[in-house]
Amino acid sequence: MLKVLVGGQAGQGVKFAGKVLSQIFSKLGYYVFQENDYPSLITGGHNFALLTIDKKRVNTSHHKNVDFVIALNDETYKLHKAKYYIGEGSKGFKVPLGELASKVGAPQKYKASVAIGALCYFLGIDCSILKVVFRGKKEKELNTKLANEGYSFASSNFKPVMRLKKLPKPKEMLSGNEAIAIGAVKAGLDVYIAYPMTPSTSILHFMAKYSATKDKVLTVQPENEIAVINMALGSAYAGKKTMIGTSGGGFALMTEALSLAGMAEIPLVIVEAQRAGPSTGVPTYTAQADLDFVWGAGHGDFPKIVLAPANTDQALKRTAEALSLAWKFQVPVIILSDKHLSESYMTTDLNTKVEKVKVKFSKGNMRYKITKDGVSPYVIPGIKGNVVKVNSYEHDEYGLTTEDPKEIKAMQDKRLRKVMSIKKEIKKLKPYLVFGNKKSKKVIITWGSTLGAVLDSGVDAKIIQVLYLRPFPDISKELKGARRIVCVEANATGQLAGLIRRELGVEVKKVLKYDSRPFDPLDLEKRLEMELK
Amino acid sequence: MNLETKAKITWCPGCGNFGILNSLKMAVGDLVKEGKARVEDFVLVAGIGCHGKIVDYVNLNSFVSLHGRAVPTATGIKLANPKLKVIAFAGDGDAYDEGISHLIHAAKRNTDITLIVHDNSVFALTTGQFTATSPKGFKSKSSPKGSIEKPLDPLRVLLSAGATFVARGYVGRGDHLKTLIKEAVKHKGFSVVDVLQPCVAFNNTYSYYSQRVYELKNHNEQSVDEAYKKLSEWNGRIPIGIFYRKEQKTFEEELFKVNKP
Repeated sequence: MLKVLVGGQAGQGVKFAGKVLSQIFSKLGYYVFQENDYPSLITGGHNFALLTIDKKRVNTSHHKNVDFVIALNDETYKLHKAKYYIGEGSKGFKVPLGELASKVGAPQKYKASVAIGALCYFLGIDCSILKVVFRGKKEKELNTKLANEGYSFASSNFKPVMRLKKLPKPKEMLSGNEAIAIGAVKAGLDVYIAYPMTPSTSILHFMAKYSATKDKVLTVQPENEIAVINMALGSAYAGKKTMIGTSGGGFALMTEALSLAGMAEIPLVIVEAQRAGPSTGVPTYTAQADLDFVWGAGHGDFPKIVLAPANTDQALKRTAEALSLAWKFQVPVIILSDKHLSESYMTTDLNTKVEKVKVKFSKGNMRYKITKDGVSPYVIPGIKGNVVKVNSYEHDEYGLTTEDPKEIKAMQDKRLRKVMSIKKEIKKLKPYLVFGNKKSKKVIITWGSTLGAVLDSGVDAKIIQVLYLRPFPDISKELKGARRIVCVEANATGQLAGLIRRELGVEVKKVLKYDSRPFDPLDLEKRLEMELK
Repeated sequence: MNLETKAKITWCPGCGNFGILNSLKMAVGDLVKEGKARVEDFVLVAGIGCHGKIVDYVNLNSFVSLHGRAVPTATGIKLANPKLKVIAFAGDGDAYDEGISHLIHAAKRNTDITLIVHDNSVFALTTGQFTATSPKGFKSKSSPKGSIEKPLDPLRVLLSAGATFVARGYVGRGDHLKTLIKEAVKHKGFSVVDVLQPCVAFNNTYSYYSQRVYELKNHNEQSVDEAYKKLSEWNGRIPIGIFYRKEQKTFEEELFKVNKP
């Protein structure tokens, strides 16, 4: 395992350098996990990108024993410990990044590209790779030149540290948000609507760029989150597969209309990328503290689905699944992500098969026909013979407002029958996954991106990832005979542990982290070993 | 054209909403007859309040949305299927209190929808409280000593925000209101019709409006300045009609230009 950290001020190209390096390691066939740590500001402050690189799958970032630190400013030397440093300071390999950039006529903000070249030399990577990793017409030429400067400076002054072998199969990387976006697009998304909010915003960026260059996905940024969800409901009413994205605060604004989606039975996928709360909280850092809120969001009784992918492979596949479920059962589906998943880049299988969501539209005027499985025919406006009335008030089969107790109960029963239908369907979709030593009597339960640290902790235990959180899957058979059960999650109260108690009547121990930084596998290993003893 | 539904009308006898309902039905009938729209393409969107019941009484596609949110819902329907004729209904409390931010943005975007505001200057379904258009001193259950706030002039606000069709009607002039609704629906862009409407239970303004309302004649609809001038006329005589009308690129046209079709 190799760990490389790029540190510097915001605006010095920290994340950029991280991405280029990730590309290099991916092209060489390595698994990579890139965590981007940055405060909530645009210029200045301290940013770093931490890359964990290995021959076998890396599921999260490993913060201890960093091998290389690329220091783009002095502060980076002080803040990060490493075996080797590359930069303009006196520690480690002194490479005059700024001078070399000036030599090529590039401004100082291009220093990072020089360092990329130097690092490649120290890792024994052939410099030919530098020609293929930079993007953009003008930028590509300049950056390649800069990297070559760094490479040749290092080669004429130092010896390489190692020889990183090229592995047979190159890999691909995506961020969690990119995976969510691609999954949705592949499944046939028609419309994406969002108001910017970290850490969900890069979905909006992806979609805006995609819709400007490719066809089919309409991307809209309205005035606020309330408009976002109400527009989305209008769009889905008219027959378009629609998704929206936000974080906790924005989701809070949407909850009245979430209940409308339940009442009016309008399919909608909502991405809620969690950041550390409560309130504005710590906007650019991570947490899993919105589970209780999202699980119970919306006034009144209505069916909804909540799921939490752990990595980009799952995000891609399960977002498509979410869209399919939304339309199959005409319910809101919430994808719970978190900053550590949404904004980290990780090795992803881009060949993951995703089925296009097919929607059958019916004819007539009984939008809320009472049916056995609770699902009524979907009719859309604009078709001759159709009169489609949907209603936030309780309504009859035609969508007309009712206050008749018999009709009210019949319609409530119809909607809630969908919960049984959804449970049946979700059972087929692997609503939870089991990893690790499947025979172990020590059981770890986790959800979302925290799975990565649990897997990488290497603890000898049975590991259960609860992927579908509502309806809650029956994991009790996996817990039979367990001597120790520990729930690992990134919040202060143990929200999944609480859900397990409520749903299954099982009391579990908790290992929690709520300093807004993701779990480190080594730290977690120690804590788990204590709890599982 | 029979647009009736089986729903029983539950408005108070003499309610101003009946006037809007009748004018709407006539306008839709005319537009279909004249070949300007297909009946299946109409979508009525409502907020919450007495006004919202209107969609239950018309056998057309409809979406009863949330209080204050008829406009974003209507915008979503229109962008999903630009062929639809989307008419949003809202009360003054719904539109100008709860939902005002959406109106400003819809006007700014020039979203191709029509907004009809049932403006009776009072929250009626919640049994009588002051709204954004209640006059200063308006006595209600939530302002027993009289409202301390000056009213908002919504049409001036929306004109400033970029609305391309600004009109005011009165339920006491049914034929005139029908024409306004027809013109608003035919208008390409964001059209708003503020309809002066008495509330027989909590703010009966029949005689007040009947004495003052007059129809605009020889008014230059293309001039923003003229529109502002006429809109500021309120005490004494109250003009109704189309204050401003100008065709401009709609939100949907711009959207489909940047989002490649």
